Amino acid sequence: MQITELAKLTEAQVRCGNGLMHTEILYAAASDLMSDVLTIHHDGMVLLTGLANMQTIRTAEMSDIHCVVLLRNKKATPEMVELAAEHNIILLESPFTMFKACGVLFNAGVQSVY
Amino acid sequence: MQLQYDIEGGNFTKAGFASSEIKKVLKQLNVDAATIKRIVVSSYEAEVNIVAHAYKGAVTVVIDHEKIVMQYQDEGPGIPDIEQAMVAGYSTASPEVREMGFGAGMGLPNIHKNADDLLIESEVNKGTLVTITIYLKQEGGQ
Ligand SMILES: Nc1ncnc2c1ncn2[C@@H]1O[C@H](COP(=O)(O)OP(=O)(O)OP(=O)(O)O)[C@@H](O)[C@H]1O
Ligand SMILES: [Mg+2]
Repeated sequence: MQITELAKLTEAQVRCGNGLMHTEILYAAASDLMSDVLTIHHDGMVLLTGLANMQTIRTAEMSDIHCVVLLRNKKATPEMVELAAEHNIILLESPFTMFKACGVLFNAGVQSVY
Repeated sequence: MQLQYDIEGGNFTKAGFASSEIKKVLKQLNVDAATIKRIVVSSYEAEVNIVAHAYKGAVTVVIDHEKIVMQYQDEGPGIPDIEQAMVAGYSTASPEVREMGFGAGMGLPNIHKNADDLLIESEVNKGTLVTITIYLKQEGGQ
């Protein structure tokens, strides 16, 4: 699925990475625990999270995660947007709960990492 | 090549800066993406451990043709039982650290999984030295 479609399905706002919206994703991981996310090795994965801080973006950078969706109406700080932009990470904000976002994406065929 | 970066205990806004710089250098050296990921994930976990558990520290990185050696040295409480600290799920992280998205007790086991060699030396009430070695595979080579 392209990020454009993912953004539409989760009713998300694009905070940065507008030019990269055609990136394909296959997998999604949903977690608020960054040390958990850091154990995943899949390429083409989107991170769904309720954790909105600098470490969310750092974790994506280290794990080569190209798209992060902040859920439950959490807002990215200007510093987060700047860091995400610097590393070509697409940053989205969705009003959905974790459960709803997972359900919608699972139905649309996005896969679990295990 | 040798690099060195300071790491501030308690400062979660800056955590990851050193690992980010290391990643930039590895990309310039054309190390393959999978190896870079193993290196920077290990590095980031060790860096966050200093931020989360120690007072201050630094990382020294030495890169040669065949390997990267990263030494994370800190002044802090030290680790009384290293074997126990290596158990997945064991964590003494504070509620503040957990709020930042860490404290699952996954860091050290994850470094162990990603590194070719991991050595932890620690003295209680003094500090900890974590040495991570990973062998490099150049892009286009092998
Ligand atoms: N540099 C350090 N100084 C003092 N104690 C440490 C240090 N690194 C690790 N520890 C101790 O070892 C435990 C396990 O570390 P580990 O990295 O596996 O988990 P964590 O940091 O608690 O959580 P996570 O890494 O999942 O965010 C820590 O909770 C802490 O008690
Ligand atoms: Mg840790």
